[in-house]
Amino acid sequence: MSMDVTATSVDLRALPGETGMVQRGRQRWLPFSAWHLFLFPMAAVMLTPLLWVVATSLETLAQTRHFPPILWPGHFEWRNYSDALQAAPFGRWFFNTTVVTVTVVVTNLLLCSLAAYGFARIDFWGKKVVYFFLLATLMVPIQVTIIPTFLIVKRLGMIDSLNALIVPNLANVFGIFMLTQFFRTLPLDLEEAARIDGASRLKTLFVVVLPLSGPALATLAVIQFMWIWNDFLWPLVTLFNEKNYTIQLGLASFQGAHVQTTNLLMAGNMMSMVPVLALFIFAQRWFVRGIATQGLKG
Amino acid sequence: MAEVTFEGVGKVFPGGTIAVEDLSLHIAEGEFLILVGPSGCGKSTALRMAAGLEQISAGVIKIDGTVVNDVPPKDRDIAMVFQNYALYPHMTVAKNLAFGLRQHKTPKQEIARRVAEVSDMLGLQDLLQRRPGQLSGGQRQRVAMGRALVREPKAFLLDEPLSNLDAKLRVQMRAELKRLHHAVAISTIYVTHDQVEAMTLGDRIAVMDAGKLQQIGVPQEVYDRPDNVFVAGFIGSPPMNLLAGHAHAGTATAGDLVFERPNLRDGDIVVGVRPESLRLVGEADPGPGFAVAVQVVEPLGDEVLVHGTVQARDAGLRTDPEATLLANTTSMGAPVTVRLEPHVRTEPGRTIHVSVAPEAIHVFDAMTGDAVR
Repeated sequence: MSMDVTATSVDLRALPGETGMVQRGRQRWLPFSAWHLFLFPMAAVMLTPLLWVVATSLETLAQTRHFPPILWPGHFEWRNYSDALQAAPFGRWFFNTTVVTVTVVVTNLLLCSLAAYGFARIDFWGKKVVYFFLLATLMVPIQVTIIPTFLIVKRLGMIDSLNALIVPNLANVFGIFMLTQFFRTLPLDLEEAARIDGASRLKTLFVVVLPLSGPALATLAVIQFMWIWNDFLWPLVTLFNEKNYTIQLGLASFQGAHVQTTNLLMAGNMMSMVPVLALFIFAQRWFVRGIATQGLKG
Repeated sequence: MAEVTFEGVGKVFPGGTIAVEDLSLHIAEGEFLILVGPSGCGKSTALRMAAGLEQISAGVIKIDGTVVNDVPPKDRDIAMVFQNYALYPHMTVAKNLAFGLRQHKTPKQEIARRVAEVSDMLGLQDLLQRRPGQLSGGQRQRVAMGRALVREPKAFLLDEPLSNLDAKLRVQMRAELKRLHHAVAISTIYVTHDQVEAMTLGDRIAVMDAGKLQQIGVPQEVYDRPDNVFVAGFIGSPPMNLLAGHAHAGTATAGDLVFERPNLRDGDIVVGVRPESLRLVGEADPGPGFAVAVQVVEPLGDEVLVHGTVQARDAGLRTDPEATLLANTTSMGAPVTVRLEPHVRTEPGRTIHVSVAPEAIHVFDAMTGDAVR
């Protein structure tokens, strides 16, 4: 009797096939997937600079200059953060960056959605050609367009103002491309049902399509937020007055002015990273899903 | 409630594909018309043109006497039920039902009244706060119907609304649809490829093939008197047996089957016999008939379907894929199906003799496919 039971249990374990065998093998050798042997060192490489910034921002000036370097301070110098805020107009720079970033993210979501819906769903003469040339601009590096864009912005009288950062970034081709691809994956029947129910094209976009596009919109928002928040080159070219600086430009100038006080510089860096990290953690779920969808359909 | 009229309507897709050609139909007030045909016959395109979702290439569509060719869908006052229901997934059932009314700026109290009325009618009261993802297939189908009903439109357009349901639910919903139509009596165009739905639901059925209207009439009339070979082969399950034959001096011959038909002109013909028109007889019995070499026997409880071959040429005009499949397995002769009483016992390899009343034999012109009466 006991022999039968043993045989049965062995058979049952063998049933799931290859997957089950891999699972058993993993459980035998490692408490986690073999992939983690590769991913743990990669994560460590990515996280080390961040941890170094955190550590340095909490060290005294003497500790930052110590050799060999102190990897983790025993006592945290929280004062560095308040000192950094007093040493430079960080508040102003935060405000400027927030205004620019939020405006650009909102206009991108709005304008890219409108353009993308047109490309995804409305037939018009020359659509394929226009779309092709639009995508082709993605291949032009920013170094090529920076001077013509500067001249246009100068002609518009926006140099050394936040408008210089906002207007050229109101919409972007990547956003149009990404949303177009996403909209094409949505069932057409829903939009047709809305049209029959009496909704206009615009209303269909706002009431039916956009509420179903959460992952794509979240992805675009995070990408745009990170791009604009961390942008350094364009603000450097267009802004001269310190009161108009964005946080990245401010940090760079802070580095020049306070080259000796590495701990304050790192405290400033930490503060500049917080919004991006917070947004990323908040939107991570959608962000990853959005990228996955884009990968499949793009 | 309104009339819907197609006058010489055509649809040519970019690339030159002709989806619908010279379609003329009239759906009377309150009528339930079925558009039926095989996949790709143009029935859904015709429906979408009526809805305004496809541009019309030729002809005129009128709703309630008004030409609507260039009228956008939202201004046609029609409601459509889609094959996959197309319920807005981010809205509750109540909001799905109310969506169309809100777009037409219906007063809030009126919206509430109509949503309550329709949800009562369809038994959706307990589901109003759920989202489509939380509903079963049958419930979603009812919500889709409700969304159309609540609008109180001039006409309903239904595009294979039952095709995503399992067989049992489909039978239930078929009865429900019939009940609903009797209750509201709104002009309805219903697209399906399912013959049972076509035969049971419609006041009239319009059979389409290759973008053209083949026949329109009340279901029994279309079944009993098909206008051409296509309709004969498409309507009816199992389909009509079609054999190639020849007429000479008032006598028609298709293999062993010989019968008199004085008005026939000499030439090639197609002979059609419904499976249920064939009777099992003894070998020596007089009258037109033939011997069937039995290949497959399907006892269905209330009847027995016998598939086999007869000594005749296949007319090669079958529209039923199952029958075609069977025909491909036939090494010689033409495939036929016989519907027999449930007590009949036979088996593959045997030969049975069947006869048919001469008046139950359909004859079609072999060149044009048209019925010869």
